[in-house]
Formats: sequence, structure tokens, C-alpha cells
Amino acid sequence: MATRSPILIGYYTMVRKDFMRIIRIWSQTLLPPAITMALYFAIFGTFIGSQVDAIDGFPYIQFIVPGLVMMSVITSSYMNTVSTFYFAKWLKTIHEILVSPMPSWTVVAGYVSGGVLRAFLVGVIVIAVSLFFTHLTLFSMAVVFGAAFLTALLFSLLGLINAIYAKSFDAINIVPTFVLTPLTYLGGIFYSIDQLPEFFRIVSLFNPILYMVNAFRYGFLGISDVPLSLAFGVMGGLTLVAFIVTLYLFHKGAGIKS
Amino acid sequence: MPEKTNAIHVTDLTKTYPADKKQPPVEALKGVSLSVKEGEFLALLGPNGAGKTTLIGILSGLVNKSEGTVEIHGVDATTNPDKAKSYIGLVPQEFNFDIFEKVINIIVTQAGYYGVSRADALVRAEKILKDLGLWEKKDAQAQHLSGGMKRRLLIARALIHEPKVLLLDEPTAGVDVELRRGMWDFLRELSASGTTIVLTTHYLEEAEMLANRVAIINGGVIIEEGTVKELVTKLNYVTLILDATEPIKDATMVLLRDLNVKRTDENTLEITLKPGETVNDAMRKISANGIQIANIRNSGSRLEEVFVNLIKK
Repeated sequence: MATRSPILIGYYTMVRKDFMRIIRIWSQTLLPPAITMALYFAIFGTFIGSQVDAIDGFPYIQFIVPGLVMMSVITSSYMNTVSTFYFAKWLKTIHEILVSPMPSWTVVAGYVSGGVLRAFLVGVIVIAVSLFFTHLTLFSMAVVFGAAFLTALLFSLLGLINAIYAKSFDAINIVPTFVLTPLTYLGGIFYSIDQLPEFFRIVSLFNPILYMVNAFRYGFLGISDVPLSLAFGVMGGLTLVAFIVTLYLFHKGAGIKS
Repeated sequence: MPEKTNAIHVTDLTKTYPADKKQPPVEALKGVSLSVKEGEFLALLGPNGAGKTTLIGILSGLVNKSEGTVEIHGVDATTNPDKAKSYIGLVPQEFNFDIFEKVINIIVTQAGYYGVSRADALVRAEKILKDLGLWEKKDAQAQHLSGGMKRRLLIARALIHEPKVLLLDEPTAGVDVELRRGMWDFLRELSASGTTIVLTTHYLEEAEMLANRVAIINGGVIIEEGTVKELVTKLNYVTLILDATEPIKDATMVLLRDLNVKRTDENTLEITLKPGETVNDAMRKISANGIQIANIRNSGSRLEEVFVNLIKK
């Protein structure tokens, strides 16, 4: 058997550790989004949705499912990295990694992969739950996968940046509560921006989550409020910027080295 | 025999912690230069706040230096930090492992960070945990270990990647005497096998028992370094306790005034030898004044005398 490179072993070790943690505490990591989304599907999709007109030819519940799955992906990826990294800082277990010879990019990749992994597990669970309430069409598997991957990657990186700067438990909740949740709710999960007055339609175009939700919805239903190429451009561009910023902060030791 | 190379070579190392809301900038290291030869056992002694932990932090990659150079086995830790870190194992002062994790997982995961495959790490972990008396606890959560076991777990974790240099930051703090001596035996064996060891400690006896060489750091600078024997000889702070057979009179004490002597009780004298003065010199003067000595012993740790006197300066 070929000997694996030390860097690859280090990366695999980080991902394995996080995966085992996610599974070990499944009642905190995997179960809550399943329950929350089941409530969304039941209340907004089935009870209220049955009173709402079809959007672009799709029943309301089918229209909102991709957005709600994306909401779970965003929350799970962000919360995974922000909590694991902040706790590692707080308990000083981050020193186990900082004293090791793993390059900064490997450490970033390890943390981010944990976030992406949890987001995908949650995404699959939420899709499975949605099947109890409606049937789903699949327009393009590649678009579904690509949009979910880039979104999970981006929010894992943003969670990491948040955790790097966080000096208290409050600081890891401020961004999710006051930035992430409003942007997600206003990101076209429950409506098409074409239904909005012109001013709010244009304002919505500045919300990056709109592009993620619409790209993901396009993968399932083949409809989107924004061009697919623009959506992937926004996701790819933001992910690249977030990766460079995270790498720079790690290299400098910001928030982790005195 | 070829001269041994430097395992650690530090020159003009400075570290200033920037000011924050609570305190002004702190100059923790003010130009430390230090070399540790391959296979050497160095004890770094100093009072609280002397800069010991900062120095260990910079060597292990946990603290960014301000100025100066650090080389580990000839590798520049600034330009090639990952390679330099691969040579080092760190036993920190605080317990910094995941307390909810099993002992075996803590060790094997750390090995993975150093590029050791899981299969190899499991084999190594068995040996190290057995050597340190932790094998029975391999499946216990770290939070359920006693304080001494946690300390040994830190050592096991630091050794899993078989480092050439082991840095220990006060490893026996809060450990009972029996366990401390067990750890000393383990460290002696490790040193004998060729591992370079740097140990910071408050226990002067520990430095004296273990180290080939001692560096004393105070106020961010190294104020003295050498072998224990060299330091004691150079600074000559040897204190002897003499038990006389009969009470020592005041008049006799006056006659002994050119010795650095004090009477601690009516039958006991404590003599600190002056630089250049020998035990024979002191004993001749004592005998000449008619004092019969029943017993003679050294006062505590010789190194402790050196240390206290240096810090006082």
C-alpha cells in the first residue's frame, strides 16, 4: 500500500475527529434541523401553503423546500465551524493543532471540511424529511451539488472567521442572530423576488443568500430569479475571498497566537 | 568524537506583548540567546513572570516572537515553521486536551496531526501508555483521570510522534512526591535514549536531579547558565549546617566573626562559604576555637542557594 503523505494524514485526522463528534452528539447536530424543518414544511408548506397560489407553476410547498434545505445547509456549516473552533480556542485544545507541523491551509481545510460534511448530512436529512410532505423533482444533480457545496464551503469559512475574532460566547451568536437569520429569511426562500415591489426587488439583489437559494432551487425545479451563471459567480467569488482571508488570518495567528 | 550539533539555537530573542485595555505592553523576553546541544537535558529556572513559558511558547510555535532567531535542529523556525515544529513535542503547563475524549483517541489524534498513520499510532500509543502507567485507562474519558494521570497523558501525547526535542513546562507542578519521582525516572530514561529535553520548573531539586545544564532566567533575560556543578562552584553559595556537641558561647561567636556564620540555636551553626573559601578553611577555624562538631550536613538544595542569590541581585 502506498504511504500517504503526512499532510493528508493530518487532514484526514481532523475530518475524522469532527465527523465522529458530529455523530456522537447527533441530538445536537443532526436532529434539531430535522425537527425545525418538519415544522416549517407542515406549517408554511402544508397548512398555509395550501392557501397560496403556485409560483412559476410549482405548488408553494415544492417552491419553498429547496430554500429551506439551503437554510439548514447555511446554519449547519456556519455553526459547526464557529462552535468547534471557538471551543477549541476556549479549551486551548487548538494548541494540539498549532504545535503540529500541519500547514495553515491544511488546518483551514480540516475545519471547513467538518462544516461541509455536517451541512451535507443535515441537507440529506432535511430532504428526506421533506419527502413526507411533498414529492421533489430533480432538474440538475450537478447544480444541486455545486450550489450546496459552494454555500457550505462559504459559510464554513465565515464561521471560522467569526470564531477567530470571537472573544466570548456572545460573539459567536451575534452574527448568526443579527446577520445570518435576517439575510436568510430575506433571501427568497419563501417568495420569488419578482413578487416584490421594484425597490425591494433591487435591494434583494444585494443579498448573497438570494443567489444560493435560487441556484439550489434551479437544481431541483429548473427555475431561478437570477441567472445561474451569476449565482455561481457570486458564490465562487465570495468563497475565494473568504478562503484567502481565513488563510491570511491563520497564517498570522490572529486570535489564536499571542 | 565529533561535536554534537545544536538541537535548539536561539539568538537575541525578544517578545513584547502589546498593550490592551487592562495593562501596558509587557516585555516578556529582552534578548535571550541560548543553545541546547543534541541529547542535552536543560532545566530552565526562574520565578513567575520570568519569561519561561513565553520562551517555550515561541520554541513550540504557540507564541509569535518579536525579534531574534530560532533554529530547531538547524531549521529556521521563521522561514520553515512546519519543519521546525515536527522536531518538537510539547508538554504544556495547563491541561489542554478535550476532556470528553477517550485517552487513546487524544493520543492517536495528536499522532495524526504529525502525519503518523492511525495504524502506526495505535501501536506506539500502546507502548507509551504502558510506559507511563496509563494503559488501563485508555478507554476512559480524560475528565475522569486523576491530576497525576492527566499530567502523564500530556507527556504521552507529546511523545507520540517521537520528537527529537521535548519541551516540558512545569510538568510536575501539583504532582505528589512519589509520582514526581516516577516521572523523573521516565524523563531520565528518555534523556538516556537521546531525546533533547528542556524543562522549566519551580522545583530546584528537580533541576538538580535531572539536568545536565541549568539556565536561570529572570526579567526576560538569562542571567546565568552552566552545569549545576559549574554554577555552584562559580557562585560558591555552599551552606553547611554544623551540630556542636556543646552549646556555643557568645564569646566564641565573636571569634568566628570572619566566617559567614550564624547560630541558629545554641548547638547549631550555619556557615555559608565565601567565594574561594573551602570547607577545610572553615573547619580549621571552628576547631581552633574549641568547638567539637558531632554532625555536619548540607543546607537543602545547593542550587536553591544559587538561585535565590541570583534572583536577589
